[in-house]
Amino acid sequence: MEILRYAFYRFGTMLLTLWVVSILVFVIINLPPGDYLSNQIAELRASGQSAGVAKAEFLRNEYALDKPLWQQYFIWVGFMPGPHGFSGLVQGNFGWSFEFDRPVAEIVGDSLWLTVLVNLAAVVFVYVVALPLGVLAAARARSWVDYTSAFVGYLGLATPNFLLALILFYYGHRWFNLPIGGLMDPAFEGEPMGWEKVKSILIHLIVPTFVIGTSGASAMMQRLRANMLDELGKPYVETAIAKGMSPSRMLAKYPLRVAFNPFVADIGNLLPAMISGSVLVSVVLGLQTIGPTLLTALKTQDMFLSGFVLMFVALLTLIGTMISDVLLVLLDPRIRYEGRDA
Amino acid sequence: MTQLPDGRFVDDAPYDPQASLLELERKDLDAPNWVLIWRKFKTHKLGLISGAFLLICYLLLPVVGFIAPYGPNQRMSEHLYSPPQSINFFHEGEFIGPFIYPMTSEADLETFQWVFKPDYDTPLKLEFFCEAKGYNIAGLIPSNTHLFCAPEGATLFLWGSDRLGRDIFSRILYGAQLSLTVGLIGISVSFVLGIFFGSVAGYFGGKIDWVINRVIEVLRSLPELPLWLALSAAVPSNWSPVAVFFIISVILGILDWPGLARSVRAKFLSLREEEYVRAAEMMGASSGRVIRKHLIPNFMSHLIASATLSIPAMILGETALSFLGLGLRAPAVSWGVMLNDAQNLASIEIYPWTAIPMLPIVVIVLAFNFFGDGLRDSLDPYQQ
Repeated sequence: MEILRYAFYRFGTMLLTLWVVSILVFVIINLPPGDYLSNQIAELRASGQSAGVAKAEFLRNEYALDKPLWQQYFIWVGFMPGPHGFSGLVQGNFGWSFEFDRPVAEIVGDSLWLTVLVNLAAVVFVYVVALPLGVLAAARARSWVDYTSAFVGYLGLATPNFLLALILFYYGHRWFNLPIGGLMDPAFEGEPMGWEKVKSILIHLIVPTFVIGTSGASAMMQRLRANMLDELGKPYVETAIAKGMSPSRMLAKYPLRVAFNPFVADIGNLLPAMISGSVLVSVVLGLQTIGPTLLTALKTQDMFLSGFVLMFVALLTLIGTMISDVLLVLLDPRIRYEGRDA
Repeated sequence: MTQLPDGRFVDDAPYDPQASLLELERKDLDAPNWVLIWRKFKTHKLGLISGAFLLICYLLLPVVGFIAPYGPNQRMSEHLYSPPQSINFFHEGEFIGPFIYPMTSEADLETFQWVFKPDYDTPLKLEFFCEAKGYNIAGLIPSNTHLFCAPEGATLFLWGSDRLGRDIFSRILYGAQLSLTVGLIGISVSFVLGIFFGSVAGYFGGKIDWVINRVIEVLRSLPELPLWLALSAAVPSNWSPVAVFFIISVILGILDWPGLARSVRAKFLSLREEEYVRAAEMMGASSGRVIRKHLIPNFMSHLIASATLSIPAMILGETALSFLGLGLRAPAVSWGVMLNDAQNLASIEIYPWTAIPMLPIVVIVLAFNFFGDGLRDSLDPYQQ
């Protein structure tokens, strides 16, 4: 019951944060001088194409770009009726992409869940790699395992993501015959889900997951190692060893449990960095996530498209952070949020 | 100190029964803070080496024009994508000092690429302290003397040349000027913002604290790169490279301060209740004075260490932005701009040297990490 209440409270704060983020995003996408349509209208006027001007003017009116900024914001979010009544983000209308001349929802389409998939895979990778390595590095502190993992970790932190991506792609293709670019075989694009398609996606996921997850995994590993080392010096560990517990069982039973909490909580801190990384890596590797879409949208000043992508990326991070917070409360009985009375 | 015949050591100074046994240790304890920090930092070998390396790098920045054999945008249109040349000392078993073999280019009519071959018959000696293309020392004093340059009629591409026939080695040196300073400017912005908001929130508490805390939470929960991208996409394209450089560094700093502000705030919350703060307040010091004179010096060193640790993120950020074409732009040279050339697999496969700028990035970022770690470990000199 408590946990439900906490989850509910946490969801509420997330919505509030999301609202603040929407203001921020709206300000950012309106920062460049002028908007896509007014630029286009000026261009069309200059080249004397009046038919285009009429269409652009129509769109301008249609998407309320001729209204003052604050009204535009409320219409965009859907808190205020636009030219077509209430139809904003809240109502599920993501706007119109001027560059592609299609609704935003249609353009992002598939790439939304592919983005989620890539990031999910990266999170899983971080845990799967960091957990055993971190514990091992702590249990065998100051041995070659420790030093090697620390060295690899530092390299992972220092190498720019995108270069790692390019290099891994190159060698992955050369040595393991991994496919280059994209998230699935071009043959499967737009096809319905099937076993073959899933397989193709999984193979294509290997390199991106590795690249996006590496820096997160190394940060996580170092954190876990430090926590474990702190715990390993405590008397209860000594007691456990003294009474003859096997080392691996002892590790898993006592210190790991204590060191595990920050491990879960940290994903909230890591997630923004990982989603950043996935945007960059997607652009470099040509993955069909929303990363490349964001870049084109920003470069062409396609404000509704970039606004939606930014909102989606933020939403993804916020949901991830929320889940990690709730998980933490589930995992650690000592943590309670302040509102609760004993 | 004299050694007695039986091997004992005896102090030559006359015996002083008044001397305090604690004096020696007292001297240690009373040494100024920076002496203690330095003493501890010295033991951190990796941090020390990294610090020295970074210092040298930054000191060399104003005189890169002297070291680089070519200008940053000087084109040798005959030598597009020329592979790296090595400096040799022995020609046919005979020592003749540093020299290079000139490159001859030939068009391969099957692949439609220029094929470069060293001409092993004619070694050409390098020239030292020679006069070539002019540059400005520290951007002010014009000069045209270079440490070394290519012999007459040959080229000197230590790390190859790029798509337009520019020397990658020289460009890396010039690129360091921007790539290394971007982090410094960014961190200054973030430092000022972080200390300001952190101390205001921590010192005054209450509603201000709540608001600032929410802002920090929102900013920290957002992915940085997309916001960096969006903000730098808003930079008008007709600005001069210098203006773009400054605004990019500011953008990098603007999104970095929340982490710093949070640690400042936490420190303030605990220090605010200390007696000396109370005393200062009682004596009528204004809030600004208490914050500046009594509170901030307490953890300045800690802040500097954490700032050092976040410079690499900014350097990588600039690289990523420029790499994607939204950061610094063409006439400006930075490592990210250079890597823009290595954006596709084909160029890495055929011209692997275009990816060389990643080496200095990795080295500098690692150096900053080690240096920051060393600083952080040595900041608390009383802790063993």
